Amino acid sequence: MDWLTDNYVNILRGFGETLRLLGVSGALALVVGTLVALARVSPVPILRGVGAFYVTIFRNTPLLVLILIAYYGLPEIGIDFGFFINISLAMGTYTAAFVAEAIRSGFNGVPLGQAEAARAIGMPFTQSMRHIVLPQAFRLVVPPMASVYIALTKNTSLAATFGIAEATFRMRGLFNDYASQMIQIFLGISLGYILIVAVISWVASAFERRWAVA
Amino acid sequence: MVAMRGVQKWFGELHVLRDIDFEVAPGEVVVVIGPSGSGKSTLCRTINRLETIDEGTIEVDGKKLPAEGKQLAELRADVGMVFQSFNLFAHKTVLENVTLGPIKVRGVKKADAEKRAHELLERVGVEAQAGKLPAQLSGGQQQRVAIARALAMDPKVMLFDEPTSALDPEMIKEVLDTMIDLAKGGMTMIVVTHEMGFARTAADRVVFMSDGRIVEENTPEEFFTNPQSDRAKDFLGKILKH
Repeated sequence: MDWLTDNYVNILRGFGETLRLLGVSGALALVVGTLVALARVSPVPILRGVGAFYVTIFRNTPLLVLILIAYYGLPEIGIDFGFFINISLAMGTYTAAFVAEAIRSGFNGVPLGQAEAARAIGMPFTQSMRHIVLPQAFRLVVPPMASVYIALTKNTSLAATFGIAEATFRMRGLFNDYASQMIQIFLGISLGYILIVAVISWVASAFERRWAVA
Repeated sequence: MVAMRGVQKWFGELHVLRDIDFEVAPGEVVVVIGPSGSGKSTLCRTINRLETIDEGTIEVDGKKLPAEGKQLAELRADVGMVFQSFNLFAHKTVLENVTLGPIKVRGVKKADAEKRAHELLERVGVEAQAGKLPAQLSGGQQQRVAIARALAMDPKVMLFDEPTSALDPEMIKEVLDTMIDLAKGGMTMIVVTHEMGFARTAADRVVFMSDGRIVEENTPEEFFTNPQSDRAKDFLGKILKH
């Protein structure tokens, strides 16, 4: 176990970096994804088209390709925020496509009768959205959103290839130094990922319970 | 209270409302019956503009139905609606379902709205369920909550769009009894239904629709015992045989 006792500070730093990637790209994905989802359900045909185009491009391109573009391509055309941010940009825009689809499915999952009943008692569009449709859509969005963020957590490990010293990067370093304890190291680092994902699942089920309707 | 003149509506190629001229006086209870696809639900839904019309005019309480926007919302607040599938707000308690409209739309104080809601829930017989979510109630109870929710807005007219069609037989009665009480209390009501018993007991007038047209209008007594049109005779022959 000396791989752990001698290196726990570096391992924790690694997971810190994993969480930083998750935080930056996750926040970006939430903002962009919500905007894209709103565009996709809006009554304006052009916005719907733009939203659909975004999802088609970013959901269908392999994440590794997007990271390669962000890492090598964007600096070429003068978009260079440093490699950490550029990689987060790739992960965030990729994940935003999935966030957008999760939110859209939530909107579509609220029965039309709910909005009709709200209008029938005299609520204007904004009130019926705010009090009736959105709260129910959020609840439906929670499970698919948890899946999206769990996938993102694991996808952050791709950044190891690009020299970001996150958990998987640290794991490879430990493999070199403690070749005889590879299985232990592998299990230990996996456990770290499992813990992060467990927290996401726990938060999701807490939200689900809070917004339960039966 | 409600006046429709020369109303036409198409769903694509399908002409669902044809030359509708229809008036309802204050305090009147009108039952709209007819075979499925005859346009009776659509007619009901045009009155608070959940469905738009292509030609003609609709007036509610002497005011022309406004286009989308604030004025339409204000008019809808005065028109109660009860749906076939209840449509109670699934994430709100029974009490909140009844108070939400008065608080958010009418600006009534929460305490006043709750007091009134408890009275209305008492009146429709579901006061004991006030703290529950809609999914915990039977269909009949949900529909009675939906009636209370509509009444909480103090509507000038109530629209019922097949209010008992989604209910088990033993629950139909409790909802119809609630509606009969309302009718006796002088509420203006337009009721789309297949419940001939309700039409006989509570209606001032029966309107028979077929293929998007109002084919016949008469008192329940006259309509059921002496229908004029072949279409109505055929319809009544089919439904009254069993």
